Amino acid sequence: MKYLDEYRDARAVEALAAAIRRTARRRWTIMEVCGGQTHAILRFGIDRLLPETVELIHGPGCPVCVTPPEAIDRAIAIARAPRAILASFGDMLRVPGSAGSLLDARAAGGDVRMVYSPLDALELARRNPSREVVFFAVGFETTAPATALAAKTALAEGIGNFSLLVAHVLVPPAIEAILSSEANRVQGFLAAGHVCTVMGFEEYEPLARRHRVPIVVTGFEPVDILEGVLLCVRQLEEGRAEVENQYLRAVRRRGNEAARALLAEVFQVVPRRWRGIGEIAASGLGLSPAYAALDAEARFAPAARPPADDARCIAGLVLKGARRPPACPSFGSACTPEHPLGAPMVSSEGACAAYYRYRRQPASAAEES
Amino acid sequence: MNRTPPLDFTATCPVQAAPGDRVRLAHGGGGALMHRLIERLFLPAFANPALEARHDGAVLEVDAGRIAFTTDTFVVRPLFFPGGDIGSLAVNGTVNDLAMCGARPLWLSAGFVLEEGFPLADLERIVRSMREAAAAAGVALVTGDTKVVEAGKGDGVFVNTAGIGRVETALEIAPRAVRPGDAVIVSGDIGRHGLAVLAAREEIAFATTLESDCAPLARPVLAMLEAGIEVHCLRDLTRGGLAAALIEIAEAAGVAIELDEAAIPVSEPVRGASELLGLDPLYIANEGRFVAILPESEAERAQAVLARAGCAEAARIGRVQACAGGVTLRTVIGSRRPLDLPSGEQLPRIC
Repeated sequence: MKYLDEYRDARAVEALAAAIRRTARRRWTIMEVCGGQTHAILRFGIDRLLPETVELIHGPGCPVCVTPPEAIDRAIAIARAPRAILASFGDMLRVPGSAGSLLDARAAGGDVRMVYSPLDALELARRNPSREVVFFAVGFETTAPATALAAKTALAEGIGNFSLLVAHVLVPPAIEAILSSEANRVQGFLAAGHVCTVMGFEEYEPLARRHRVPIVVTGFEPVDILEGVLLCVRQLEEGRAEVENQYLRAVRRRGNEAARALLAEVFQVVPRRWRGIGEIAASGLGLSPAYAALDAEARFAPAARPPADDARCIAGLVLKGARRPPACPSFGSACTPEHPLGAPMVSSEGACAAYYRYRRQPASAAEES
Repeated sequence: MNRTPPLDFTATCPVQAAPGDRVRLAHGGGGALMHRLIERLFLPAFANPALEARHDGAVLEVDAGRIAFTTDTFVVRPLFFPGGDIGSLAVNGTVNDLAMCGARPLWLSAGFVLEEGFPLADLERIVRSMREAAAAAGVALVTGDTKVVEAGKGDGVFVNTAGIGRVETALEIAPRAVRPGDAVIVSGDIGRHGLAVLAAREEIAFATTLESDCAPLARPVLAMLEAGIEVHCLRDLTRGGLAAALIEIAEAAGVAIELDEAAIPVSEPVRGASELLGLDPLYIANEGRFVAILPESEAERAQAVLARAGCAEAARIGRVQACAGGVTLRTVIGSRRPLDLPSGEQLPRIC
């Protein structure tokens, strides 16, 4: 398949791996920010192609993983409300809140629907005028433009039975939080290609300068990821700290300006609590005053328990890259994809789920420990 | 041979429900409405002597020897999807389970659970599709049952089929017959059924030309057996897809299987949709695909026989190894990773 096979080419992969081996003279720790990249790294065994000197650690870029339990509790409370339909992306459904997941709420009689796009949720509202359709808007800058488009369309068409439970988050404040942490050991970043497709990469330039870290905007296929690692290692070896764009086929410096304008119109930047990490200032998107009428929290006033993460789960350390999933005492025992304690075990982009799926069997588990 | 004579089908449906006619509770009540449903819809559609005996059960002639017996219940949503519907699925699903036992499918039963208010025209369409699928697979539908549940207590229609087939081979076809060194052959490209059904669901708006692979598998299986190929194990790739089928076989047989990702046939539309939706074709359900595990020395001949029996894309995708250790995939970039059983339903990722 075009645009796919050439980025999964075994010879290109080997050539890049060899170049990384030649280039890396010292030890370097690089974080891939996006859960999609984590998934590809584990799925294709990319980390095993790297020399010992280059360590990849997994970042917080799994959208459902960082959604805090109280947001899920609110979504569940809405799903249980009479006449309400709660529409959500599929991989959000299994993530536990403080008492159960949206799938549990559905089994208990709540009307929970899986959609691929906020526009599908809007269509549900059009077709069910006697119901209240609420879209659970989670995700990074990648999913936010579609939420914004649904919001704009709902207001323009006067679809009164549609609202949004917004829990969108932003990548650069999370990188800032990781770099500002005293325990930080990340020396370079692979930035998420799809986020930058929307936002561009200007906003990463001050981060790279201030913290003296290279940031390479990187795609999602094996060739992309290895090339991203190579560019990052080269910068580190040469003492540079720049923003570089590996994902040239998708990303422009200023991103998708139409999408950015839409985000600026519909949303405003707000503080947001991240699961396992805590509150990060100016790290989320909430509805702007002009779109406040679409706020599901105002419509339903859903109750949520005070924030509390499961003490047996080290998701916070995993999301910050401080621990690998197999280092968690609950990994694979108390916590499995069937009975997840924390969100990273749920989504295909979650680091714990990726390790569980690709690295659990004895032959390979030995390499991990 | 005591086979039921070939079915006498007419091209048109014997009754035409008026638009708006719907299933009523009385259709399952044993009275006049139910009688009419049987006489005008089911009997003409599935016409055969066993059914026309109008008895509580079918009395069938069998030879001495082994029979295979299986049952399956179908609850697919939506009921109609590109390339099939619940009717063709219900016939082919059970026909294929019999074929995987190495049996020649002969007879099916059909049980319908109808929801009050279900359009009779849709029921006719489903019955028509079952009739066509049964004819294509060479099986007779010899006994049946209908129940109606109140509106809101069902999902339109659920169908159960059970089937009986005659085992004509002396081979033992089962995981314990699998041997180290055996070749793993898949009968065609994977993932089409699951994606076609997903695409047809109303809340998921993606346009695709994908059609379900729903098809009877007895012909290619019997072709291999008739050609004298020493088939060790067969499995159709329904829920859980290729990965789950092979993991189950490897575990039951106490062997390891290594698959070559590059050799597994996946059509471009399936690859594209899977990449987009975050699904793995290895885990997507099929309704007309199977794996055959057989001696390496027979693999080439098996592929040729399969190609002549309508499986032109049959491909050798892996090999059985001596150690116990589940299923390993050699990825397209040359690395190896273990395949694991899927947990719950595959949930599409969000970005």
